[in-house]
Amino acid sequence: MNPRVVAEPLVAIENLTVRLPEGGDRLKAVDGIDLDIAPGRILCVVGESGSGKSMTAHAIMGLVPKPLVSSGTIRFDGENLIGLAAEKHRAIRGRRIGMIFQEPMAALNPVMRVGRQIEEVFRFHGVPGPYDERVVKLLDAMGLPEPELLRQAFPFSLSGGQRQRVMIAMALALDPELLIADEPTTALDVTTQKQILALLKRAQAERGMGIVLITHDFGVVAEIGDEVAVMQHGRIVERGTVAEVLGNPSHDYTRTLLAAVPKLAKRPAVDKTGGEPLLSAKGVTKTYSSRTGLFGPRRTVEAVRDAGFSLARGQTLGIVGESGSGKSTLARIIVRLLTADAGDVRLAGVERNLLDLGSRDLAPLRRRVQMVFQDPFASLNPRRTVFEIVAQGLLAHGMSRADARRRVAELLELVALDPASALRYPNAFSGGQRQRIGIARALALEPDVIVADEPVSALDVSIQARVLDLLADLQRRLSLGMLFITHDLRVAAQVCDHVAVMQRGRIVEMGPSADVLFRPTQDYTKLLIDSIPGRGAFAAPEAGPTAN
Amino acid sequence: MPQLGFVLQWVVKALAVVLAITILNFFLIRLAPGDPAVVMAGEAGAADQQFLDQVRRDFGLDQPLAVQLATYVKNVLTLDLGQSFRTGRPVADMIFERLPATLLLTGTAYVFALIVGPLLGAIAAMRPRSVFDSLLMVVALVFYATPIFWVGLLLILVFSVQLGWLPPFGMQSMIPVKGALAGTLDVIRHLILPAVTLGLFYIAVYVRLTRASMLETATLDYVKTARAKGLPEWRVATAHILRTALIPIITFAGLQAGHLVGGAIVVETVFAWPGIGRLAFDALFQRDYNLLLGVFLISALMVVFFNMVTDIVLRIADPRIAGRA
Repeated sequence: MNPRVVAEPLVAIENLTVRLPEGGDRLKAVDGIDLDIAPGRILCVVGESGSGKSMTAHAIMGLVPKPLVSSGTIRFDGENLIGLAAEKHRAIRGRRIGMIFQEPMAALNPVMRVGRQIEEVFRFHGVPGPYDERVVKLLDAMGLPEPELLRQAFPFSLSGGQRQRVMIAMALALDPELLIADEPTTALDVTTQKQILALLKRAQAERGMGIVLITHDFGVVAEIGDEVAVMQHGRIVERGTVAEVLGNPSHDYTRTLLAAVPKLAKRPAVDKTGGEPLLSAKGVTKTYSSRTGLFGPRRTVEAVRDAGFSLARGQTLGIVGESGSGKSTLARIIVRLLTADAGDVRLAGVERNLLDLGSRDLAPLRRRVQMVFQDPFASLNPRRTVFEIVAQGLLAHGMSRADARRRVAELLELVALDPASALRYPNAFSGGQRQRIGIARALALEPDVIVADEPVSALDVSIQARVLDLLADLQRRLSLGMLFITHDLRVAAQVCDHVAVMQRGRIVEMGPSADVLFRPTQDYTKLLIDSIPGRGAFAAPEAGPTAN
Repeated sequence: MPQLGFVLQWVVKALAVVLAITILNFFLIRLAPGDPAVVMAGEAGAADQQFLDQVRRDFGLDQPLAVQLATYVKNVLTLDLGQSFRTGRPVADMIFERLPATLLLTGTAYVFALIVGPLLGAIAAMRPRSVFDSLLMVVALVFYATPIFWVGLLLILVFSVQLGWLPPFGMQSMIPVKGALAGTLDVIRHLILPAVTLGLFYIAVYVRLTRASMLETATLDYVKTARAKGLPEWRVATAHILRTALIPIITFAGLQAGHLVGGAIVVETVFAWPGIGRLAFDALFQRDYNLLLGVFLISALMVVFFNMVTDIVLRIADPRIAGRA
């Protein structure tokens, strides 16, 4: 039974072709696709970045520059949206088709009150005012606390999850027949993701609208989808119900994507090499003074409270938790990018507390602890060549340029990049490649410890898998100690020997991964595990070999 | 009230800054070569030692530096800026005589530029790389790069000498006109050329700044959100793009407002405008310490005042500033 045959499609896309602007990696972003969107169902469009899934959504919304749409039809309620007069298309946007975006931090106007931004939808689609009550009701329906106050707030005082709820409120304000959600939960924590997905599902059921959900994560598909379309290089390579595609993928690319989904799988236990820990921390505490809540008074927040751990050579310690749990703050304290209020951090072979060292004593030790950052786009200086980026530490520590050149070539090979790319600039590389450059930079000084702060969370799943493999491989070969910060428990399960779970600045549970992730004792850990998208569909065999 | 606390804090800071500037100016001016007594003696044609001593005694220049400073700061705090070394008139009087003319000129140019510049920049940004945009960018660059005095001279040549439409210099006609209305119109006629000269320079900056800021803002995600909501394009451009793009322009306009007193020396010279710029220029050559210090103090006060205004306006324009403080 294929449901799309039964119902008249809400949107029928035929032979849609969208060209890429000049300078893209191929000519066509979307290459002659046919796609029906059924009313009242959730269609997940899956693919890696650059596969054309967002472009398809933008074409439906009429947000693609006209000259780029070269052929095809998008039929909605008897009208072809391609070539529709701008004013007619505008009247459909926001009223009959709503859209939400990936980055809730960036998708709301930072200088306009939340309520006003929602109001605009009513006002400019001819709904007579006053709007206050409608806005409050809408915010309330999205499960937002104190909608009366929140209406008056600016986006910066809201959390990521709250902002995404505001975005959804805005998109649903006029009860559209279709909602397009472009990676709506990719930037969110697992627990928030679960709530937002539940909200979308509930809204869909209540209003009977169709949803197109764009994602690169099959976990999300399993969690919420009715149907799936898999896109690659601008084409749809597979189409079917979620059960069909997940249970019996027919296309190779679908199988690759499915295999790349990180699973909560047990790692084979590593023999515990005893002896002195490579890096250990005790009683690390950091307090921030800031204004919290909407209009709250100045309050102090304990970002990290009495945190401690121990890391052995050749081992990976995962620090997991939601945003705001203090895991990044802890990492930054360890590498001394932030100053702690109290604590004792020891590095093997150093007599003194790392946190007490002045910058002069610290300088020679910095090379032993290196960091890999989350955002592969922001963490590389766009005006420096790859050589300059990777060699900066080497040159600063007094290596000659000729030696540095040789070393950089070695390092690039180590992270599986062409050594010839040393002369190019970061913009010539994809996100995954950039993260490899970041890893090469961290390895340049032959550190003992790598602190990786969400190193794969900005990457597509398929690329995530490759970068994780690389990190695991390097760690084994170079016998590094690694502090691995992540909000994704599936990723932690793949790479970490031990896991520490952080909540509101405290480490609430710590131990070998197999214990913490499979026999959690704390409610919070259980909640995190429970929030993993598509958990049922991707349950891994107990204690099976890892897919490396 | 956090706002009140903010203003109070600001006033205290501002006073400290002004005091520091006053003291710094006092020393800087005395570091410069040239002795006012010698200049005055030279002009009086009586360069003997007795005359020099007399002058120094009269103006307190024979006292130790510390005593001179203490006297000066004490006087400034009681709003007494002292007497001009040259004319013997109170410095405050001389400055306030000239200040209105300067503020009229710079203020007109500034408001004119602040309205026209962002407007043209916004229109250009809405159609980047159109004929209008390209033309405007070239013109803006030309006016930005051309020395102000040259623009002034060309305008005089065209509108005064060739066409004879507007007077070439001064603030009033030589022969006084009768009646308040006629007098005002006379001043306006004299004001147009210098104000346009100064304004063209300012406009060039605002056009480029607005265009760049808007083009950058236009690529942000929330602009896409605004379109996805189905807002009309004019609403997207004004409420979402221009509104945020104005923030750096406010910052710049605030910085510039602080220089309204000192920023017009060249134009005042070209158009023989009886403003404060000329006064400072002459005072500098004559080593008229008190008059110079007075002009500096007024400039400093303007800068500090407009900085405060800018801070307040920015806090209104960008709620994130107050929220993250």
